[in-house]
Amino acid sequence: MRTRQITASDGVRLAVQEHGDRTNPTIVAVHGYPDDHVVWDGAVAALAERYHVVTYDVRGAGHSEAPTQRSAYGLDQLECDLAVVVEEVSPYAPVHLLAHDWGSIQAWHAVTGDRMRGRIASFTSVSGPCLDHAGHWFRSRLRRPSPKRLRELVTQLACSGYIGFFQLPLLPELAWRSRLLPRLLGTLERLDPAAAAQPARPSLSDGLRGLALYRANMLARLGGPRERRADIPVQVLAPTGDPFVSPALQTDIARWVPDLRIRRVPGGHWLPRTRPDVVTRCTSELVEDVEHGRQARPLRRARVGGKRPRCADQLVVITGAGSGIGRETALAFAEQGAEIVAADRDQTAAARTAELAGLLGPQATPYAVDVSDGAAMEDFAKHVQTELGVPDVVVNNAGIGVAGPFAETSVEDWQRVIDVNLWGVIHGCRAFAAQMTDRGEGGQIVNVASAAAYLPSRTLSAYATTKSAVLTLSQCLRAELASSGIGVSTVCPGFVHTNITARTRFVGLNDDGQQQRQQAATRMYRRRNFTPDRAAREILRTVETNAALTPITPEATAGLVLSRLTPGLLRAAARADLTPG
Amino acid sequence: MSHSAVVDAAELARFRELQQLAYEAAQSVGEGLEPGVTERQAARRIREYLVARGVQDWFHTPFAWFGDRTAFRRFKVPLQFFPTNRRLAEGMPFILDCAPVRDGYVADIGYAGCLGENRVFERLMDDLGAYRQLIVEQVRAGNTLRDIYGAVDALISEQGYDNRHQVYPGRVIAHQVGKVHSRLPTFMVGGFGIRSLQTLFGDLLVERMHHRSPLWADGEISNHPATPGMWAVEPHIGFRGVGVKFEEILVVTTDGDAYWLDDDLPHVRRWSGKVATA
Repeated sequence: MRTRQITASDGVRLAVQEHGDRTNPTIVAVHGYPDDHVVWDGAVAALAERYHVVTYDVRGAGHSEAPTQRSAYGLDQLECDLAVVVEEVSPYAPVHLLAHDWGSIQAWHAVTGDRMRGRIASFTSVSGPCLDHAGHWFRSRLRRPSPKRLRELVTQLACSGYIGFFQLPLLPELAWRSRLLPRLLGTLERLDPAAAAQPARPSLSDGLRGLALYRANMLARLGGPRERRADIPVQVLAPTGDPFVSPALQTDIARWVPDLRIRRVPGGHWLPRTRPDVVTRCTSELVEDVEHGRQARPLRRARVGGKRPRCADQLVVITGAGSGIGRETALAFAEQGAEIVAADRDQTAAARTAELAGLLGPQATPYAVDVSDGAAMEDFAKHVQTELGVPDVVVNNAGIGVAGPFAETSVEDWQRVIDVNLWGVIHGCRAFAAQMTDRGEGGQIVNVASAAAYLPSRTLSAYATTKSAVLTLSQCLRAELASSGIGVSTVCPGFVHTNITARTRFVGLNDDGQQQRQQAATRMYRRRNFTPDRAAREILRTVETNAALTPITPEATAGLVLSRLTPGLLRAAARADLTPG
Repeated sequence: MSHSAVVDAAELARFRELQQLAYEAAQSVGEGLEPGVTERQAARRIREYLVARGVQDWFHTPFAWFGDRTAFRRFKVPLQFFPTNRRLAEGMPFILDCAPVRDGYVADIGYAGCLGENRVFERLMDDLGAYRQLIVEQVRAGNTLRDIYGAVDALISEQGYDNRHQVYPGRVIAHQVGKVHSRLPTFMVGGFGIRSLQTLFGDLLVERMHHRSPLWADGEISNHPATPGMWAVEPHIGFRGVGVKFEEILVVTTDGDAYWLDDDLPHVRRWSGKVATA
């Protein structure tokens, strides 16, 4: 790290830190309140390997000087400071901005103003709006209220209450000096599960001097917002659990920012501190796009505006995709613009699904894997990650059927059905949930169970056991992964006409008896005529709404209702042998 | 349409000649279809083309289906088979289906095409070739019609498509054809010529007594090997909003052999060309 002092236009001396090779593209990172450049330490370490990274202490914070008069903290002056720093550290090439909280407010002011036109190549904003946009946002909520818009308004007003408090004389200072405010901030930061157990304590002097930022700017900007447009590529990282800036306030800005990407990141307000890896990756993706035109899929997916298919630029992994519900789900996602990875034990069938998906949407990838093989599933997940990236949606669909009396179900039968139906789902969740959590941008896992998960039957002891285990697993995992923004859904199809009936093993019968039962079951499912494409549509809807449990066919829904209202009735019905044939 | 008499070589030539003419009509009308033309106009063009070349009667009136109607999407009642005012647009698939009768000889053909580029259509057409091969092989092997229907279904499901011939009345993939002998006037009822219907119903009765059917579907009545005679076979497969089919005559001989009446047809030339260049 190289440190130096740069003198601002009004003589205030700013402490600047430089990292990395000066010949690389320059990223200037601006911290918020009440922080100093240290908030970027995690991100800087990684970014400096490929970029020339510059941080500085905003006037009044860290090692920079602190003018005493309030007017020296106006946004125009802060913009001027940024311009001076950029001029010093990258006199010839425009820089990429990365900013958090109050740093973001300043950076927005710079990218929407004229002074720095041509000097900024891209802007990644974390948890900080443009104050003029925010002013318009508040007004539009009042002018054209709807229940949703009013809810957003009330939420944001509750989040912004402290701003009013900061306008009061003396009391905010008292709150700082009594350590009340720092303690409150620590509590709020710890709401984010990714936060350290003891978050860094903000310094008292940063806290006290920075109050001038609020007092010099808030009322003026929010009270009389101007039309300010940003004409450079912008990406907004909007933490979903930010106690100060609601996602709605940060993201409803497309009318001023035509080249906009929005990424909702599970986490709290101090993303640069809690998830420096996510901030680093998102920032580099935008820088790479602007510098070299390499547009990563997540960046394309985050793009706002334009008419795009529902699942454009999503990566969707589906197991058991060679036939039935799996294949139709692959096609339904492909039709909506998603990139498909079609996995199946049968290589030819997987390839066929990928080929069909490619006819409807982007090119798809087949993969031959047996879901019951843990090591193979690990390899599969690694292959997907290195070749295509972390999936946005994983559908653990592969499953087999076993039916017949308990006493005649052999240990091998049990092992096979548990290996595929339960271990297959476990392996799929293990391999991909870890990737999604590491990526830190959420995701969706769909586990295909069955109505048998909640409808007991005397003929389905093995099958129903595996499926109810899948249901329970999914519900536990849903609770665990919620804080990482990963949704886990269970779908319970019911009688959907696929080739599962023709492949179900009916235990205790010879080959002829097997075949007869399989044909009878197939005939019954065909007469029922609920096609797998309808099931696939429900799976898409489940992903979009992050539903916890989706029964698909009407009988699966009715069964679910009955299982809750009259479980005794279902237990009685379970005694009937409903196997056709 | 009695199939009871085994057709001799001269008669087969006449059937082949009419089938050629019907495909020529469909291909010529199909290649001339322009954006904005309606199904009704297309059907009328086929009719005029064939009437001008000596066709006097119809087994059924010419059909034309455009866009997702080629896959019979949302078809609930038979009336929906009739040509509508749906207009053809760039990239849209179409199917022309006609069954002319001339001097008692019958042809029943289906021709699938597309206005401009459509990747799904091209893929489906390439894959349709396998059915022509599969059906004739299975008939030669003496399999029952019902089993062959099942084998076709299995291939459809393996290819990831759906069975669209099940939408035809009776779920038929084929029906028998033969010479029309009738003194009735040439008159259409419900889209079918009454002379042909008379023959068909006659066949239905006779065949029913032998526990067979001139209609080839997947029910119990089709649980027998192909009856000798001529079958108009029309596998129809669909994927999303696109359906394709061919329909042509399969000859089944008394000794159980089977062959397609003619290999010089547009779809067959497409497949043999692809194989030759592959």
